[in-house]
Amino acid sequence: MADWSFGHLSDPAQCQQPVDVTGQDRGVLLKQLEMMLRIRLAERCLANGRRDKLIGGPVHLGVGQEAVAVGVAAELRKTDRVFGAHRSHSHVLSMGSSLHRLFAEVLGKETGLSRGMGGSMHLWDQPNGFYGSVPIVSGTVPLAVGAALAAKLQGTDDVGVAYLGDGAVEEGVVHESLNLARMLKAPVLFVVENNLFASHMHISLRQPFEATARFAAANDIPYAVVDGNDVVAVRNASAKLIANARSAGGPGFLEAVTYRWYGHVDWREDIDVGVNRSADEVAAWRKRDPIARLYAGLQSAGWCDAMRLAEMEKQMNEEVAVAWDRATSDPYPALSALTSHVFRATGDTQ
Amino acid sequence: MSTVRYNYGTALLAAFEYLLEKYPEVFIIGQGLWSPWYVGNSMTDLDKKFGAHRVIDTPVSESACTGAAVGAALAGMKPVVVHPRMDFMLYAMDAIVNQAAKWSHMVGGQAAPGLTIRSIINRGGEQGAQHSQALHAWFAHVPGLRVVMPATVADARDLLIASVLCPDPVLFIDDRWLYDLEDDLPPVVELSLSSQRPQRLMQGDDLTIVASGYSTRLGLDAAGELLKQGISAEVIDLRVLNPFHPDVIIESVSKTGRLLVVDGSWGPCGMAGEVIASAVERIPVGVLKKSPARVTLPFAPAPTARVLEQAYYPTVDSIVVCAKKMMD
Repeated sequence: MADWSFGHLSDPAQCQQPVDVTGQDRGVLLKQLEMMLRIRLAERCLANGRRDKLIGGPVHLGVGQEAVAVGVAAELRKTDRVFGAHRSHSHVLSMGSSLHRLFAEVLGKETGLSRGMGGSMHLWDQPNGFYGSVPIVSGTVPLAVGAALAAKLQGTDDVGVAYLGDGAVEEGVVHESLNLARMLKAPVLFVVENNLFASHMHISLRQPFEATARFAAANDIPYAVVDGNDVVAVRNASAKLIANARSAGGPGFLEAVTYRWYGHVDWREDIDVGVNRSADEVAAWRKRDPIARLYAGLQSAGWCDAMRLAEMEKQMNEEVAVAWDRATSDPYPALSALTSHVFRATGDTQ
Repeated sequence: MSTVRYNYGTALLAAFEYLLEKYPEVFIIGQGLWSPWYVGNSMTDLDKKFGAHRVIDTPVSESACTGAAVGAALAGMKPVVVHPRMDFMLYAMDAIVNQAAKWSHMVGGQAAPGLTIRSIINRGGEQGAQHSQALHAWFAHVPGLRVVMPATVADARDLLIASVLCPDPVLFIDDRWLYDLEDDLPPVVELSLSSQRPQRLMQGDDLTIVASGYSTRLGLDAAGELLKQGISAEVIDLRVLNPFHPDVIIESVSKTGRLLVVDGSWGPCGMAGEVIASAVERIPVGVLKKSPARVTLPFAPAPTARVLEQAYYPTVDSIVVCAKKMMD
């Protein structure tokens, strides 16, 4: 990795093999398959809702990237402090959030995760460990460092997690945050979902190298670069880095190479606006489907079959449909919400 | 009641000591905290007394440090992030304006980062355009961010404590030109920041002078000078600029009929304009005896050369001249 290129990891013709399930727990993997399906079907539902103009605001979909959040979350607890960004449906759902409350939020309903005040780009579920997501690129990265520092000051072994993309690494505050986390030994895991694109721009047009882990190396932070469409690989790498952070070893950096099937925003593939993004490439990456690959691995181990998968899919589809129907009929926030959450302390009105 | 002699700097120090002593969730992060010549006498030996893990001197990273304080606040701490000069704090605008100020609103009031951003106005001494700015009005424009500017020794101590204990993000702006101001203070009584209002520091009948921070001192000195000349000025100190509660000002101007606002920053789109607008909007036509006036900086960055610098900042004389014109 001396030249910081991904090699086979970013070649869509490679890494199509079934996930290696050797030594893994069958029940855990089946749960992960179910969670990845839940996330995918939820995002497909959001894509359709956006296409049909039932959703008013933008949705940034991560279909194709489900294994990253699910693999990392397998090593997290509800007392950890996870921060997301603009493409965070998978991050919040992987922490165990309610589908109904996610949908309600995207629809701007009072019952939503952020009480209808955030929409898709500002998700909050702190009771489940999800501290928040925002669409300012890299905006939450230093927040995760601070929440991790707080865990240390509070004498717990909880960790912070900052999900960011390869584009966020081009922001200055990420470099400040890496250095600060290292110097304060903050127990934070930086998770770069490197899907090779920032909005429409391919990474080759933005950075001299593909691997953003070079900045971890520059800051003396332990790192791993993995196939982000292999949930077991993501989990195994997360396990080491998170264990190190929990035992006062300081920050870690996980780079998961993946690809989003939809465009930057909403339901289209955006091959028309993507620079260096082609229909052929999208089709090739679909063959690296993290869900299909986990299923193939489970199937070859005799741990899952077509009937079971179909049953799981049916159940997830039902769950999504019920949650969506419920969310669409929920009420909007009261007009008083326009100003009632600006400050928390009371006493300003005379 | 027994009192203790403080100056503005040691009053700030006393507030930090009180907070670190009493609240384990308070910690301080920022540049220059282990060698606090940046911050006058306001943080001396805090690291030695309370430990370097709670008084954290940092890399030169305003943006990440402020963002980290926001994140720590969301995780239940009461952090104070220190920017020894406001000019450098501009690197942290995203953490302050996009993240801290909007968080509560964006998540429906379910969480808020209760951090305090302490920013110091540190100007003069031929330091020029980037070591001088007083940008309180920018921040008072942002919903969700409380902005506090203490002008008295008591407020330096008590509003700092109130800011740190407030569950909302607070920008606390103190001024190096005030550090030698002295007063005797009683023991600390914790105040609720959200119930603090502008304060009348001097009674008068002819004219209302409104100011904040160091400008309040100028206003008080000018009022003293005016009194010698037979003009009775009422002086109101804003204290909290956001949210801005103009009631005390309206009441005073309704009585005096004249409003003069002093602000050690620029005029256009500034705090002085906001104060005047609040009065003009609320006071019935015909009550004002004169058009309101403001004394602010020339609309230019701070100069370096001594002669230019002397002409740049408002003075007691410039306020007196303006006030006397209003009495014609």
